[in-house]
Amino acid sequence: MQPLEHIDGLVAPLDRANVDTDAIIPKQFLKSIKRTGFGPNLFDEWRYLDHGEPDKDNSERPLNPDFVLNQSRYQGASVLLARRNFGCGSSREHAPWALLDDGFRVIIAPSFADIFYNNCTKNGILPVELAEEQVERLFQQTYANEGYRLTVDLPEQTVTLPDGEVMRFDIDEFRKYALIRGLDEIGLTLEQADEIRAYEARRRQDKPWIFDAVD
Amino acid sequence: MSAKTLYDKLWDEHVVRENDDGTVLLYIDRQLVHEVTSPQAFEGLRLAGRAPWRSNANLAVADHNVPTTDRQQGIEDPVSALQVSTLADNTRQYGITSFGMTDARQGIVHVIGPEQGATQPGMTVVCGDSHTSTQGALGCLAFGIGTSEVEHVLATQTLIQAKAKSLLISVDNQLPPGVTAKDIILHIIATIGTAGGTGYAIEYGGEAIHALSMEGRMTICNMSIEAGARCGMVAVDDTTVEYMRDRPYSPKGEYWDQAVEYWRTLVSDDDAEFDRVVALDARNIEPQVSWGTSPEMVVPVSDQVPDPADETDPVRRDGMERALAYMDLQPGTRMRDIRPDKVFIGSCTNARIEDLREAARIVDGQRVADGIKLAMIVPGSGLVKRQAEREGLDQIFKNAGFEWREAGCSMCLAMNSDRLEPGERCASTSNRNFEGRQGQGGRTHLVSPAMAAAAAVAGHFVDVRELGHAAA
Repeated sequence: MQPLEHIDGLVAPLDRANVDTDAIIPKQFLKSIKRTGFGPNLFDEWRYLDHGEPDKDNSERPLNPDFVLNQSRYQGASVLLARRNFGCGSSREHAPWALLDDGFRVIIAPSFADIFYNNCTKNGILPVELAEEQVERLFQQTYANEGYRLTVDLPEQTVTLPDGEVMRFDIDEFRKYALIRGLDEIGLTLEQADEIRAYEARRRQDKPWIFDAVD
Repeated sequence: MSAKTLYDKLWDEHVVRENDDGTVLLYIDRQLVHEVTSPQAFEGLRLAGRAPWRSNANLAVADHNVPTTDRQQGIEDPVSALQVSTLADNTRQYGITSFGMTDARQGIVHVIGPEQGATQPGMTVVCGDSHTSTQGALGCLAFGIGTSEVEHVLATQTLIQAKAKSLLISVDNQLPPGVTAKDIILHIIATIGTAGGTGYAIEYGGEAIHALSMEGRMTICNMSIEAGARCGMVAVDDTTVEYMRDRPYSPKGEYWDQAVEYWRTLVSDDDAEFDRVVALDARNIEPQVSWGTSPEMVVPVSDQVPDPADETDPVRRDGMERALAYMDLQPGTRMRDIRPDKVFIGSCTNARIEDLREAARIVDGQRVADGIKLAMIVPGSGLVKRQAEREGLDQIFKNAGFEWREAGCSMCLAMNSDRLEPGERCASTSNRNFEGRQGQGGRTHLVSPAMAAAAAVAGHFVDVRELGHAAA
């Protein structure tokens, strides 16, 4: 996983609540057996005027001029500003894969859906929860100032505005550490293999039926 | 020892170690695997040169991409076909049991787990699918995970997890006739909102919940994720134990007795404290219909489409306006005046045998209305389909003009060829009414199987309780 420590990035606003993972990456693109290449289909149904399919050449498709992320001023954004309950719906990890593939490393919203939040932190994307009024202020400033950028410092857990104002956010220690270091969690867990085996032996003794094979 | 909730008991039982940062390493008893969220996990395993920790803790099935028409023809879409064959290849390589497309046991992953007895009370159960919460109906800790975590479970049989807060939703008193489990859960989501359960593990309790069959409880737990909660659960009672009896993978012989003794302890202690309690009166619940593009946008069928002008929160009002534009509905329209183009009875929410019986009672001797372009029944598994056929339900549906299909996820998310065309309106027993969920531009109204069947017959939404033969 790509480590994430500091991001100084252009901000793009997505001004609607309850953005679900079906909207982030529609189902037809989940047929891929890869982790990469989802970027051009991020928000596909909002982004293009026609219907997208996995085998279509996206560069030939008509862009929806009304979709905010298609505006030239937001090209190259790495910070996505969003509203409450972002990422609700299905557990598809294709949603953070698509965001990452399209260049987003930080998502700021008043709240996130649990599974999506978790999936982000496994893929080098930092979800930042700020108070509703703080997010509202960031929306206003993003709209008012072309080229609006934010600086995000994960070790310090801060978002710094261009005028120097600092907004603090919470994140649990394990996720923070894993993001900063870009850790392979499986490798870390396997260092505790002996403890897992010991637990398993006790459980097998205690509740043997759990270990009956499914075959 | 202090009193524990059911969630506390399930959690404590599975803690391998507690980490300094407050997370724990949680042991996973069972993983269910499907074709959409697993290929990248198997690839990760292979690239790292790792093997599954315990292959036979996993059970795999292809459900999202499979056609619901003649299976002998294979899968027409080559991209879908590759995903399904990749699952077959991966499970063969790693010695994981997988039900193939023509196996009678094939079906929606959350239907077959309980049906096979692979999911049991007291287990931790995960799947790369948010509707894994369905299986908490059995008194287990079942939750959806992402693909990175699927790989983590394959490789280590554990997950690093932080404990959620506990929420008791108590549905007291008896449900009126003609009102079903689906109406309860839609009413709950309309009440607490789609983020109302975020950060919580939900236990459903109360007289109305324990009066439900296992199928009904699964419908309730299924949509916990639509309320924002990763898991929902119901305490073990006689209904749970009877459901588990004689399932293919249920404990056998002396293990059965030991297991039942343990399962009986899987209830919240009388004096256990929850972080939050929501109490609802079942007597006030009516048949529900969703009108918008979020599962909280739901009203009773006797009601009308709400007016955004009455909403004071600007973010919510904006969401309502977008939803009405997408759904092509006007405020004040009576729900019963809305006419679906298609009717879909299926999905991990409502495709078990009881759901089909409920729909068949309404349809029996009736005809699908002229305005309905397609009405289809997609059983949750091959075994549900067989059972329904033994009971003659397929004939009831076919005689009425319904299509009788093979098992799979089908038009719940339209990854196969079953989908809505742009602008089409659907009465659907599925779980999500998001924009484009059932096909780009499609408009979904979430309802119970009885209400979907009634809409198919009437040609518009109708209070199922007004149909004399329906209120069973």
